[in-house]
Amino acid sequence: MDATETLKNTPLSAHHGSLSAKMAPFAGWNMPIQYEGIIAETLYTRQAVTCFDICHMGEFIVRGDLKKSGLDNIISGHIDNLGIGSCRYSSILNEGGGVIDDLIVYRKAQEEWMIVINAATIEKDKNHFLKHLSKNAHFEDVSCGLGKIDLQGPLSREILKTIAPGAQGLGYYTFTETDIMGEKNIVSRTGYTGELGFELYAPAEKIAAIWERLTSDKRVKPAGLGARDVLRLEMGYSLYGQDIDDDTSPLEAGLEKFLDLNKDFIGKKALLQQKRSGLRRHRIFFKTLSRRSPRHNHNIYISDKNTGIVTSGTFSPHLGYGIGMGFVSTPLDAGQAILIGDDTLKIEAATCKKPFIKNTSIKT
Amino acid sequence: MNIPGELYFTKEHEWVRIEGDTGIVGITDYAQHSLGDVTFVELPKIGADVKQFQSLATIESVKAASDIFSPVSGKVAEANKKIEDDPALVNRSCYSEGWIAKIKMCEPSEKNNLMDAAAYKKFVERLEH
Repeated sequence: MDATETLKNTPLSAHHGSLSAKMAPFAGWNMPIQYEGIIAETLYTRQAVTCFDICHMGEFIVRGDLKKSGLDNIISGHIDNLGIGSCRYSSILNEGGGVIDDLIVYRKAQEEWMIVINAATIEKDKNHFLKHLSKNAHFEDVSCGLGKIDLQGPLSREILKTIAPGAQGLGYYTFTETDIMGEKNIVSRTGYTGELGFELYAPAEKIAAIWERLTSDKRVKPAGLGARDVLRLEMGYSLYGQDIDDDTSPLEAGLEKFLDLNKDFIGKKALLQQKRSGLRRHRIFFKTLSRRSPRHNHNIYISDKNTGIVTSGTFSPHLGYGIGMGFVSTPLDAGQAILIGDDTLKIEAATCKKPFIKNTSIKT
Repeated sequence: MNIPGELYFTKEHEWVRIEGDTGIVGITDYAQHSLGDVTFVELPKIGADVKQFQSLATIESVKAASDIFSPVSGKVAEANKKIEDDPALVNRSCYSEGWIAKIKMCEPSEKNNLMDAAAYKKFVERLEH
């Protein structure tokens, strides 16, 4: 059987086809990588507004008391002080402290939560939740029936006004259940681009109508996963499966600020042990001194010594040089000269701080 | 898919325009389209000896890095400096302004190892179906 026959299509696949999008498999889905071009879509997101088909991502609903349900023990971050209508970036860990997935927790009511997870990890995450939630907790995987469109860019609020006026006042990392084209659905002020942006959730069968309405405004252009990857890397955001995975500790990955080490959670013991014994590797961010791009699995050298590995790399169209992140065996300050490459290629680079792009519209 | 009639092509989607003993080399429309936005080209050194179907240059797009293979053997006579500053020229004009290098050819018979436009058109059609 042709590999593409086993791929799942989102409710928007016909739209991608009519736009002649370049499609590719991603996490078992046939997803649009680009329409007009990755660079044009990346630039347009920071300059105006784009929409992304993110229907592949997963969503769980959990109901129950935070502590008695076991949810607080599953989520590694501080969520008991999360207000109703707020959301927070967090992760779920295995006993070894490795990241099973990174996710966003939405508090829908005092005892009702929506958990938004990565597409490739839905089954694994579901098993983890079912294993650790208590018997009386309610758990539901709503991934199949729920679609999602990300609307991202400095003009996104202007555009949102026309289809979900009730959501235009949302503060950063908050959400509301509001009228989108005649039906109550969730809109959150979140995203993965570093720009002002919103994520619109709706039943799969309603998603196409929302997409059509959004793109009927000539200011809105569709953007693919290629641009999404550049945009997130320009902000220094991790991508699950590439920068973090089951063998990566959030301490190593520079994600300690998202942990709540004052409470108990699965994986905490291992993390405390890592703190005592010292970390095996350390997250760095770097830029190349040319237009050459670092690539996933390139080595990181100091002088001639191989000292680490690149987890994500790309060309930044905004900056005009290569950017990336990786792990090194000993911590490095910003400004350290390094080389990126392999046996035959060495790209001059220097460590730096994230985000690579500053002063975006994200909090405007 | 644009495939000019007067060029010769490789299976790796390079083209060569033969003018006397000089071969002007670039990548095809199919190649630039599959690569996506070109962000960097490492040009060959002037005077370097290249062999047919061996690496001539490196090309990077947002998504990946790949080799450009030389359609002909010879000595690199010129490289297109314009694409160092504006690599997107390869996307915009792959058969003219976005050429990669000019090669002083040493084996005119090598042309027989390449596809003409009609054969290349068939080759690309097979890849797409």
